[in-house]
Amino acid sequence: MSTPSTASSVEEEPASPDDAQLAQEDLRNAVIRFAGNSQDGIQTIGGFLARLAGRSAREVMTYMTIPSTISGGPSIFQVHLGSGEVLSAGDEADFLVAFYQHSYDDHIASLKDGGVCIYDSDHVEPVEGDERVHYVAVPITSTTIESIGGTAKDRGKNMFVLGLVTALFDLDRAKLAAIIERQFGKKSEDVLRNAMLAFDAGYSYPLGDVLGRAFNLKSGESTDEHRVTTDGNTALTYGLIAGGVRWGSGYPITPWSPIMETLRTELPKYGGMFLQAEDELAAISMALGEAYAGHLAVTGSSGPGLSLKMEALSYAVMAELPLVVINVQRGGPSTGLPTSVEQSDLMQAIYGSHGDTPRVILAPKNVEDCFYTAIEACHIAKAYSTPVIILTDQALATRIEAFEEPDFESLVVEPTLETQPRDADFVPYPFDGHTKHAPPGTKMKGGQYPVVTGLEHDEWGHPSANPETHQKMVNKRRDKIKRYGDTIPEPEVFGGDSGEVLLVGWGSTWGPIREATMREREAGRAVSAVHLRHLNPLPNGLPKIFEKFERVCVVELNDQGLYGNGQLATLLRARYCDEKITSLTKTDGLNFRIREILSGIQPLQAGA
Amino acid sequence: MPTTKQPTTPETDEKLTKKDLTADHPTWCPGCGDFAVLAAFFKVLEKLQIPHEKIVTIAGIGCSSRFPYFVNSHGLHFIHGRALPLASGVSLSRPDLHVFAFGGDGDGFSIGGNHLDHTARKNVNLTYVIMDNEVYGLTKKQTSPTSPIGFKSKTDPAGAVDRPINPMKKLVSNGATFVARTHAAQVKHMMDMFERAILHPGFSVVETLSECVVFHKGAFDDGNPRKGGEFELVEEKKWDGTPEDEERHDVTNEEAAYALASLTHPGKFGVFIEKDDVPTKNHLEAQWIDSAREKVGEATTAELLKKRFAIMK
Repeated sequence: MSTPSTASSVEEEPASPDDAQLAQEDLRNAVIRFAGNSQDGIQTIGGFLARLAGRSAREVMTYMTIPSTISGGPSIFQVHLGSGEVLSAGDEADFLVAFYQHSYDDHIASLKDGGVCIYDSDHVEPVEGDERVHYVAVPITSTTIESIGGTAKDRGKNMFVLGLVTALFDLDRAKLAAIIERQFGKKSEDVLRNAMLAFDAGYSYPLGDVLGRAFNLKSGESTDEHRVTTDGNTALTYGLIAGGVRWGSGYPITPWSPIMETLRTELPKYGGMFLQAEDELAAISMALGEAYAGHLAVTGSSGPGLSLKMEALSYAVMAELPLVVINVQRGGPSTGLPTSVEQSDLMQAIYGSHGDTPRVILAPKNVEDCFYTAIEACHIAKAYSTPVIILTDQALATRIEAFEEPDFESLVVEPTLETQPRDADFVPYPFDGHTKHAPPGTKMKGGQYPVVTGLEHDEWGHPSANPETHQKMVNKRRDKIKRYGDTIPEPEVFGGDSGEVLLVGWGSTWGPIREATMREREAGRAVSAVHLRHLNPLPNGLPKIFEKFERVCVVELNDQGLYGNGQLATLLRARYCDEKITSLTKTDGLNFRIREILSGIQPLQAGA
Repeated sequence: MPTTKQPTTPETDEKLTKKDLTADHPTWCPGCGDFAVLAAFFKVLEKLQIPHEKIVTIAGIGCSSRFPYFVNSHGLHFIHGRALPLASGVSLSRPDLHVFAFGGDGDGFSIGGNHLDHTARKNVNLTYVIMDNEVYGLTKKQTSPTSPIGFKSKTDPAGAVDRPINPMKKLVSNGATFVARTHAAQVKHMMDMFERAILHPGFSVVETLSECVVFHKGAFDDGNPRKGGEFELVEEKKWDGTPEDEERHDVTNEEAAYALASLTHPGKFGVFIEKDDVPTKNHLEAQWIDSAREKVGEATTAELLKKRFAIMK
């Protein structure tokens, strides 16, 4: 049998259903949920759609659940495509694609009233007489097998569905085909050919005829070509490289692993290396060795691993070594929920080590911010010779967003090894003044060589239990972090400068909080929001902002604790002794839905 | 080929002397075996003339781990048990340095036992001197992983019950490429072992019996002729084809080294393992960096990042 060449199968425009005679419905936003099993490759097609959206100047945000088993198990991928600002993955879906009966059973409730449920009629029997949503039966499995040819079984269903969706929303087929070719072309011609056969079969399937209408998902107004689409872990990783990180060490754990995998693969190109350590303790120790050797180094993990790193983190504070530490937070405590989102490591980040350990904690608000926060962390770690912890989370790590390509020329920091000889008056730990270590290899003109240490020490790094020395050194380590704190810009308030309720958030809840704020303001209620990227030290100016609001509600994904307040709420109440600070928390392993925030703040509003 | 640790010639005529290397007076108890280890280390450095600024001493926690304070060189005093991974980070990211780790039996075989296995199998280019006194001294006499059965300590008042670790068996079986055993009362032998360890390309370990005169007095008298013991050396093969050479120890033979390690106390002293043909991790990682750099050519960091982000468009 002769097979069509790969190139032609990509380029040829197959006959698509004639939309002209169908009712065209313009959409500014569409939330599509694909529900299947993890081996069906629905993440792959979700990723294609997200990338396409990024290239079409559309906004996009994705959300997925992955079972924490090795293979198999129900999985969903939700894509929110829009021509305006997309701030959340969407509370409810406009479209549901159900691959199996369990997919249908579990997710039909997430479909909006009047939404469209496309189901695989080879596997799914929908509830009879349900008129809440529109049903479209498509024999996804059998049509896929038919299109690829006998032996392929049902692999390729995802591509068939991608074709369906492309036609349904009148998406740019050529662009999508190019993205698919780039992805699968690396594997082999056969893989790409089969993928395109399934895709074209889906594209040609007369879904519009069955549904009686088609949709036109508008492109964004901007025609900017400089947009990239990626997930938070990837954005963070390249931010580290742009910020000057060339060395690091880690140990695998979900959802941190992709960062270390990428660093291991990428850093050699930049002249550095990421080392896989035998355990979490060794990982941070190796990274501290690299830092001591004069490099800007990174280590990271998720909650359980951070617990193991805490002793060495305390050392980094005492010894004043620069280090970037990533915590991709997941559900805890203990092994907890490895593939779910939670923001319950804030207190650990600030206070998790023994002794007084002032250090810097940053939290990116979205995927794009992962890139810039990483660069910021690099600057701070070096300038103040301190560990800097970045608190990201499982949701940010895995979700895909589109954003402006960074201006690398202006952002890139080239690392330098500062081994120029030091004068005789050099001391590693001056009481007044910044610690700036002389890495090994540095000639000491005075003939005296420094010791870096975790014992309390004098200015030369020699052990000292002198009461006055200890007090002065504690002051020194605290004051440098305070000095850094004074450089943090005051946070901006979204909405109005004064009003009834101010929502305070941190980390990946930025989008839902912002969208909730917009909805409240559209409804005429005086709700504003402030989002903290700097958590330790806190930025100056918060009391000035808080005093203009009747209530301040801290929205975060952790437990209300024994005293009714989440972790940031507890910190803010302790810091400002302000009784109007309240707390809205939840720990169901999912990010906030807009309606959860709206109903959560209702009791705080007048007339409640 | 493995990278070598041949010292580079100093740029100036200045000779590195014991005086240059001396820092604080050690805080060890009078009579502690560690004084002799320090003195031997100074003498070997004098002999090898390693550039002063390239010497790095690293230690964890313990009496012997105070070592970096007593050497005037770049030094780092780390946390308990983790000196080896930290030293690995220094060695792998800075091939120009001579990295030394010092520590005791608790640091090396108990809390840091896992790191010893992995640093050995990875063959990281550094020298590790273990000052084994078979007791926890800094915390004042608790049972250590090498304390013999029956040893009376504050944690085993009726005598230790757990079988001790055999350091040499552990080192041989975890794949260390240079393993030697010496005695702090035998300074010349100790210097010889240190010198060979430093010149070995890869991970080199010298297990050094170093007496704690306060909490485990007389522990190594059986290996000290001055105290009525016997200091028996490992006779290494000379590969001269003579019949007596048949009986000598082949330092590349793990089974033979394991058999040496099985001798009862005080056992034999000398080089158990010396394999120069195992590539170091330093070399393997550097090779990867070199080939990756070759592929990217003259591209700047910004250009490389741009290229990577182009795929995300």
